[in-house]
Amino acid sequence: MDSPERTLVIGCGALAHELLAVIRASGWPHLVVQCLPADLHNRPERITGAVRQKIRAARAGGGFSRVFVAYGDCGTGGALDRMLAEEGVERIAGAHCYEFLAGSAIFERLADEEPGTFYVTDFLVRHFDRIVIRGLGIDRYPHLAAQYFGNYRRLVYLAQQPSDERIDAARAAARRLGLAFQLRDTGLAPLARALAFVNRETIQWAG
Amino acid sequence: MSDDYEEIDLRALDDDELVEQMHDDLYNGLKEEVEQGTRILLERKWGADTVLDRALVGGMQIVGVDFRDGILFVPEVLQAANAMKGGMEILRPLLAQTGAEPIGKIVIGTVKGDIHDIGKNLVSMMMEGAGFEVIDIGINNPVEKYLQALETHHPDILGMSALLTTTMPYMKVVIDTMKEKGIRNDYIVLVGGAPLNEEFGKAVGADAYCRDAAVAVDTAKALIRARRLARVA
Repeated sequence: MDSPERTLVIGCGALAHELLAVIRASGWPHLVVQCLPADLHNRPERITGAVRQKIRAARAGGGFSRVFVAYGDCGTGGALDRMLAEEGVERIAGAHCYEFLAGSAIFERLADEEPGTFYVTDFLVRHFDRIVIRGLGIDRYPHLAAQYFGNYRRLVYLAQQPSDERIDAARAAARRLGLAFQLRDTGLAPLARALAFVNRETIQWAG
Repeated sequence: MSDDYEEIDLRALDDDELVEQMHDDLYNGLKEEVEQGTRILLERKWGADTVLDRALVGGMQIVGVDFRDGILFVPEVLQAANAMKGGMEILRPLLAQTGAEPIGKIVIGTVKGDIHDIGKNLVSMMMEGAGFEVIDIGINNPVEKYLQALETHHPDILGMSALLTTTMPYMKVVIDTMKEKGIRNDYIVLVGGAPLNEEFGKAVGADAYCRDAAVAVDTAKALIRARRLARVA
């Protein structure tokens, strides 16, 4: 089999580190990652347009035999999938990144067990202050924390590459929001499995 | 809207200026000022319903438009809503005393598995502001709880809300159960939530999808009017 053609993986900025780590560890240099800003999650209605623009720019620029999207539905209410169907592009299966970072079965169990679960990933732990505290205006209006998180019961840290420092930061985040803390070491395996799918498809296509 | 927070004597303003200032204060989330403005208008013998409609709902509509257009974000909307709530707390007992009939009744709640109630709470507040009686059944509601609330309260409208792509399909479970029980057409069903759209609303069998709280109020009024006209005809 020839070496596979270059494939562009358009991902959410919240997954950039993890995507690159999986690609490096798996020895898939033909997968090239380009990310959109993670802040788009604060305005999910803009995700579909931004991803479409990236797909079309990649096609216009040439150099990639295939494009794949590493986004969940991410609150677009199916709009992302409709656009991807029009463009003939596939994405990682799952409603959002928590699902494919944890693996569907584990995520479903966590959600069923406690609907009031606030999930954080390595990315969210690293950027907790910027995205959660400042992004939701809790730094300016501390009393809003109760409105955002009053119905949550626990914070689950879905850890891709946990360190003592990150676990402490996640625990502190839970404390700050008044939530119970749970650590779930997911590693990178569920994401690697999702990317293995695109990699197989690419090899078949190229072969 | 002005970002200028210089001290203004609200009592020195005439009625129109005061209403405009209250819109500004509401936009800036200044609860105490909105409460003070509400009291002043009442002292000036404004009816509670007029204060609610012109000063509070009118101000919140401006907030809604700027949120839709990406000028304001969720924290500012919540601040504004908290300010409006302050005014409504003052008006609620006075409105009850008038004995005016509500223009309709709505049972509203988030669907099973979904605990996100910010949108639902905004809709409830704006519905109440528009003269609806609101029965808020809270979060994470299984179909049985919706059915029980319909039976107990006999509303005109059932409102369902979901924030998650994973929970929004549950709306269809509720509507299908209503169909099975032969009660679907007894109610107007409105659905809303960030990941929803009009197509989804139609697919699950709702009467309408409501993009935001202002649309929910307008849609509720229009559909109730249409239903009452149809009954008369």
